[in-house]
Amino acid sequence: MSGRKQPLVEVRNLKKYFPIKSGMMNKTLLKAVDDVSFSIDEGETLGLVGESGCGKTTVGRTLLHLYTPTSGEVYFDGKRVTEKNIGDFRKDMQIVFQDPYSSLNPRMTVSDIIGEPLDIHKLYSSRQERADRISELLTIVGLNSEHANRYAHEFSGGQRQRIGIARSLAVNPRFIVCDEPVSALDVSIQAQIINTFEELQQKLGIAYLFIAHDLLVVQHMSKRIAVMYLGHIVEIGPSMEIIKSPIHPYSESLISAIPMPDPETARHKNRIILEGDVPSPLKMPRGCPFRTRCRYATKECEESRPELKEVAPGRFVACHHR
Amino acid sequence: MSEMPLLQVKNLHTSFFTDAGEVKAVNGISYNLDAGKVLGIVGESGSGKSVSAYSIMRILTDTGRVTGGEVLFKGENILNYTPQQMQKFRGSRISIIFQDPMTCLNPTFSIGSQLREAIRIHTDRNKEQIQARAVEMLQLVGVNEPERRLRQYPHELSGGMRQRVMIAMALACEPDILIADEPTTALDVTIQAQILELMQSLQKKLGMAIIMITHDLGVIADMCDEIIVMYGGKVCERGTADEIFYNPRHEYTKGLIRSIPRISEKHEKLVPIAGSPVDLLNLPKGCAFAARCDHAMKICLEQPPEEIRVNDFHIAACWNNVRRMMEDGQLEVKDGEEV
Repeated sequence: MSGRKQPLVEVRNLKKYFPIKSGMMNKTLLKAVDDVSFSIDEGETLGLVGESGCGKTTVGRTLLHLYTPTSGEVYFDGKRVTEKNIGDFRKDMQIVFQDPYSSLNPRMTVSDIIGEPLDIHKLYSSRQERADRISELLTIVGLNSEHANRYAHEFSGGQRQRIGIARSLAVNPRFIVCDEPVSALDVSIQAQIINTFEELQQKLGIAYLFIAHDLLVVQHMSKRIAVMYLGHIVEIGPSMEIIKSPIHPYSESLISAIPMPDPETARHKNRIILEGDVPSPLKMPRGCPFRTRCRYATKECEESRPELKEVAPGRFVACHHR
Repeated sequence: MSEMPLLQVKNLHTSFFTDAGEVKAVNGISYNLDAGKVLGIVGESGSGKSVSAYSIMRILTDTGRVTGGEVLFKGENILNYTPQQMQKFRGSRISIIFQDPMTCLNPTFSIGSQLREAIRIHTDRNKEQIQARAVEMLQLVGVNEPERRLRQYPHELSGGMRQRVMIAMALACEPDILIADEPTTALDVTIQAQILELMQSLQKKLGMAIIMITHDLGVIADMCDEIIVMYGGKVCERGTADEIFYNPRHEYTKGLIRSIPRISEKHEKLVPIAGSPVDLLNLPKGCAFAARCDHAMKICLEQPPEEIRVNDFHIAACWNNVRRMMEDGQLEVKDGEEV
């Protein structure tokens, strides 16, 4: 790590367990995120992929202390983020949600929605300044200032997502968690929003944690990708390398399963079909979480959980056999 | 040419009559489907791709009505069928599976009773035969321990398993056509791969035709022999998978293909389609896509483009294609047409 500049966001051994009641006395723990570590540099995008229930959304939310971490540490700009001082960091760390319908209050106008973070952080000195800032934000995300007095239901899905982005930008954040921000949108609209995210990054130097299940989108957006399975990161590395030559057996099958929008590739593709479903996180397999579906699994995988280890410069994989 | 296609859709129109006015969801689409082929219909939300399939099955909501056109199954217009005839027809000749297998299975009945019902309605098997057939169907779609699964309820199964059960129900009476309406959209990518693989192998084994409706160009490229691209309730273009992906002639198709991220070393910026989808309450006079099209000409705003044959495997409805073909000398200028 020496000689490397300090990352903007660093997560160390983050855990989030949810208590689940089962029966009268028993309490089981759902280990949504179990010992996850990664870092993101200033202005960089880290993609986080995985299937539903793998804990990717929980990582994003726990990182922002929207959920209290069970254990582990989060650092922003070298400073430890805790339950007590999270308020000081809210201005720097923001989130854009997946569903542009339920994440905007239907009883608030667009200027109320975007103005709320400005009010909370007292970022203006006059009414005029507030209004100016709101119309500036609307312009940045590709809407116009006439939209300020309308309500969320008057907008299409793509436009709503733009409102959500404008809200997160209001406080000039340096880091945004993008939690599946384009998966509810149609392909042509999706491309508009992806470009908006990219332009903002170039213009304002914002770092993203880009969470999505669509590997093509993540690969396009991110410099590095982390692949999650059942609460663990199984592989992390530069996105092109992971897509072209995945090392972990799970990443391998995940990438081979992407339906390629190209008939020629589709004809010659060798799909690795995984058997069965993702196990319930309540009945986590002992040892390696992936071993129940892995074709390389051996006794060793049952006995101990593989740690993330560096197999090539910048590439980390958690597998006994790689 | 000589043999009759299995399914012919001719100039189909479907509208929904709402308080706000007539929503023209499907505006004159035509296509043929041959036995044993996989046809993909791709388009964004509101393009009319699902409604066109529901019109064929006659399962539109109360406000929806087919306002014109014909649907010929082996030469017979099924739009003239009585509800009783239609009930016999659905499931036995054409079946449909939907996006969300949870809302399509009744949560208060076991998998077995729902699957057995599908078999009982369409065949005259006795009780033991029905049970045997149900087990056989679950085995066919790759559900493990079929006897136990039949006693389970939908909530006890995972999303992928439920979709397998839906496929088993749809195929129980060996239909000639299976309509799959976004069958994998609600599923994770590794489960999606399982279901697509299953559908491909069943299609080969049973030889039925499939109409695959989806917004995912990847799924389309993977599965389909022929593709229809829809926008604003109309067919933009229609052709073999290779023609549509490598030789697109409609500006909307080109835009769609440019909008999807690709895997490449150098970072290529996406080229999105500007604007938002067409308002089906007030369809424009000319081409539905003209308002979002970078290459819109005067004629695009005034006159809807007609379907023009590009080659043996490809039909497109775009004025820009007409211009291109005229420039290449493939089309003669017709009376009074100006570009």
